[in-house]
Amino acid sequence: MSDQLEVPTMAEFMAAGKEPEILYWVGSAGSYDDRAKKITKAFVRILNRANVDFAVLGSEESNTGDVAKRAGNEFLFQMQAMMNIEVLNGYGIKRIVTCDPHSFNCIKNEYPGLGGNFDVVHHTQYIKELISEGRLNLEGNTYKGKRITFHDPCYLGRANNEYDAPRDVLRKTNANLIEMKRHKATALCCGAGGAQMFKEPEKGNMDINILRTQDALETKPDIIATGCPYCNTMMTDGVKFNEKEDKISVMDIAELIANT
Amino acid sequence: MEYIPNILFAIILVLGVGYFTRNVKKLIRNIKLGRNVDASDNKSQRWKNVIMIALGQSKMVKRPIAGIMHVIVYIGFVIINIEVFEIIIDGLLGTHRIGLKLLPESIYGFLIGAFEVLAVLVLLAVVVFWLRRNVVKLKRFLSSEMKGWPKNDGNIILYFEVVLMCLFLLMNATDTSFQELGSGNIISQFIAPWFEGMSEFSLHLIERSAWWLHIVGILVFLNYLYFSKHLHILLAFPNTYFGSVEVKGKFNNLEAVTNEVKLMMDPNADPFAAPAEGEGDEMPAKFGASDVMDLNQIQLLNAYTCTECGRCTSACPANLTGKKLSPRKIMMDTRDRLEEVGKNIDANSGEFKDDGKQLLGDYISNEELWACTTCNACVEECPVSINPLSIILEMRRYLVMEQSDAPMELNNMMTNIENNGAPWPYNQMDRLNWKDE
Repeated sequence: MSDQLEVPTMAEFMAAGKEPEILYWVGSAGSYDDRAKKITKAFVRILNRANVDFAVLGSEESNTGDVAKRAGNEFLFQMQAMMNIEVLNGYGIKRIVTCDPHSFNCIKNEYPGLGGNFDVVHHTQYIKELISEGRLNLEGNTYKGKRITFHDPCYLGRANNEYDAPRDVLRKTNANLIEMKRHKATALCCGAGGAQMFKEPEKGNMDINILRTQDALETKPDIIATGCPYCNTMMTDGVKFNEKEDKISVMDIAELIANT
Repeated sequence: MEYIPNILFAIILVLGVGYFTRNVKKLIRNIKLGRNVDASDNKSQRWKNVIMIALGQSKMVKRPIAGIMHVIVYIGFVIINIEVFEIIIDGLLGTHRIGLKLLPESIYGFLIGAFEVLAVLVLLAVVVFWLRRNVVKLKRFLSSEMKGWPKNDGNIILYFEVVLMCLFLLMNATDTSFQELGSGNIISQFIAPWFEGMSEFSLHLIERSAWWLHIVGILVFLNYLYFSKHLHILLAFPNTYFGSVEVKGKFNNLEAVTNEVKLMMDPNADPFAAPAEGEGDEMPAKFGASDVMDLNQIQLLNAYTCTECGRCTSACPANLTGKKLSPRKIMMDTRDRLEEVGKNIDANSGEFKDDGKQLLGDYISNEELWACTTCNACVEECPVSINPLSIILEMRRYLVMEQSDAPMELNNMMTNIENNGAPWPYNQMDRLNWKDE
C-alpha cells in the first residue's frame, strides 16, 4: 500500500531550522475523504518527483472555514481563519499550494482581510510552473489520443479567472482535450459548492451533478478531468449513475500527471 | 392666443419631467435605506466598467442574438433621442424644425436620415423581441416569477417603442416641407405616398398629431420607467460603476464578527470589562439580512437595476435542475419589498411603520436560499453587474447567525468543524494519516 511518500511537516522543518519552498495545504477533503486522499498522494508523488522542498501542517492544519462561510456561519469561518492564520504566520509561511479550489479561494482572497497574506497557488498552476521550469518532465504517452474533457471548478474558474493552467497542463500529456458546451466562464457547477456537499439537495427534477455529467458525456470522453476533490466526487457519482464507470474514469489533474 | 401651444407644451414638459424627478428622489431615498457601503476604491477600474459594460454593452453580446438586437435598440434609443432636443426647442419657441436653421441642410438631412434608418431597425428588433417573448416562448421568459405583471410589463415596453418609432416616421412622412426638402427622408419618402391626395390641412393635422403624440409618448414612457423593470436604461450606468471590482470568489468578511472573534481569541481581553465611553451606545449589529434595510445600498441599487432578462436564472444550476431558486426572483423580490417599504414610508409621513412583513419568509423562502451552490454563474451572466449571490449569502448569514436555522446536516457539519476542525467527525490528530495508508 505505502508508496514511500516523503511528507515532512512544518514542525520538522522548524526543528531543523529550515524553511520549505512551499507549504502544501492538504485541506479537509484531501486529509479525510477516501477518494480525495488519492489525489493528495498523487500530488505528493509529483512534488517528490520534482524534488520540491515542501511541508504540510499535519495535525496543525484545520478546516479553512470556507464551507462555514458559504453556509452563512461567518463566526465559525473567522474563528477558523484566525486560528489558521496564527499557525501560518507563526511559521512565517509565504507560499501555499493546495489541490482544493475552495481552500485556494478562501486563503487567497478572504484571509488577507483577517491578517493572513500569502501567495496562494492552485496545484494545477503549480504543476504548470514545475513543468515550465523544467523541474517536472512528463514521460511516456500514457494519454496520447485519449479523449479528455476538463470540468472547470467554480472556485478556480469563475471565482478566480483561472481557466488556462489546468488546460495547459492537460495539453502537455498529449491527450486530446475536448471542451464541453458549457466550459470556462459558462461552466456548470458540479453541485457541491456553497455547502451543498454536506446536505441533501432541495426538491427539484434532477441532481446537479447528473446534469453536469451529461455535459461531460456528450463529449464522449475516456477521462473526465477535475481540479477539485468535491467536483471529483460529484462527477464520479454522475458517471456511476449513468453506469459508465467501466469506460470513463474521473481523475484529478494531479493523478493524471502523477501517472505519466 | 398664438402662444397657447407653447404654454401647453411647457406645462406638459414640466409635469412630465417634474413627476419623474419626484420619483427619482423617492428611488434614491429608498436605496439609502440600505446599509452604507464604501465604493471609493478603484476609481479607474470602475469607470472602465461603466464604459465597457454599460456603454459598450460588452456582456450583452455574449448571447449574440439577443445581444445584437439589444445593441440596435440601445443605439437607436440613444441617437434618436437627439431628435427630442429639437422637439423641445420647437415646442417651447413655436418654431418648426429649428435644426434646419441651425445646421447646414446636408448635416440635418444626414442626421434625420440616420434616425429614420435606426427607427426601422429598432422596429425590426422589437418585433424579434416580441416574438421571443410571446411566440418562440424562450424558457427564461416563462418562469413562474414572470407570470402576470412582469410579462405584461415586458410587452408594454415593446409596444411603447413600436408606437414611438411609428409616430416619428409618420411625423416625418406627413411633413410636406420636409418631404419637399428631399434630404433625410430615407424611409419616410416611402410612407409619404400613402397620404397622397389628402388636403394640405389634413396632412398638417396628422403631422401635428404625430408630433404631439411623439413627445407626450416619450414623457409618458419616461415616467413609466419608475413603475416598470425598465429602469436599467438609466441605472445600468451607476450600477456598473458600483459593481464589484474584486474577483468573484471573494466574499466580504463581516467586520462586526471580526471584532467579536478577536475579542474571543485575545487572551488578555477582560470579558467583564465595562465598555469604554461612547462604546456600547450603538445598537448591537444584526448579522446578515432578513429585510431590505439590512442589505447594503449597492444591493438595493442592483434590485432597481434588474430588468428581469433572466440570464442569471437560465445559467443557475439549481434552477436548471428544477429547484425553486431563481436568482432573478431574488432581485425582483428585493425590489418589490423595497417598493413596499417605500410606500409604507410615504403613507406614514416619512416614518417606516412595522408592517409585520419582511423580505425573508414573505418574499424569499429558506428553500430558495439553501438551494444555492454559490457558483457565481448568475453573477457571471448579468450584463449589468448585478450580484444576486451576495443577497443570498447575506440572508443565509441571518438564518445561521441570528436564527440558528440551517438544515440539520449543515448544523452537524459546522459542529464537526468547531469540534475537530473538519466537516466530518474525524480526529484532528489523524489529519496526516493518509501518508501511511
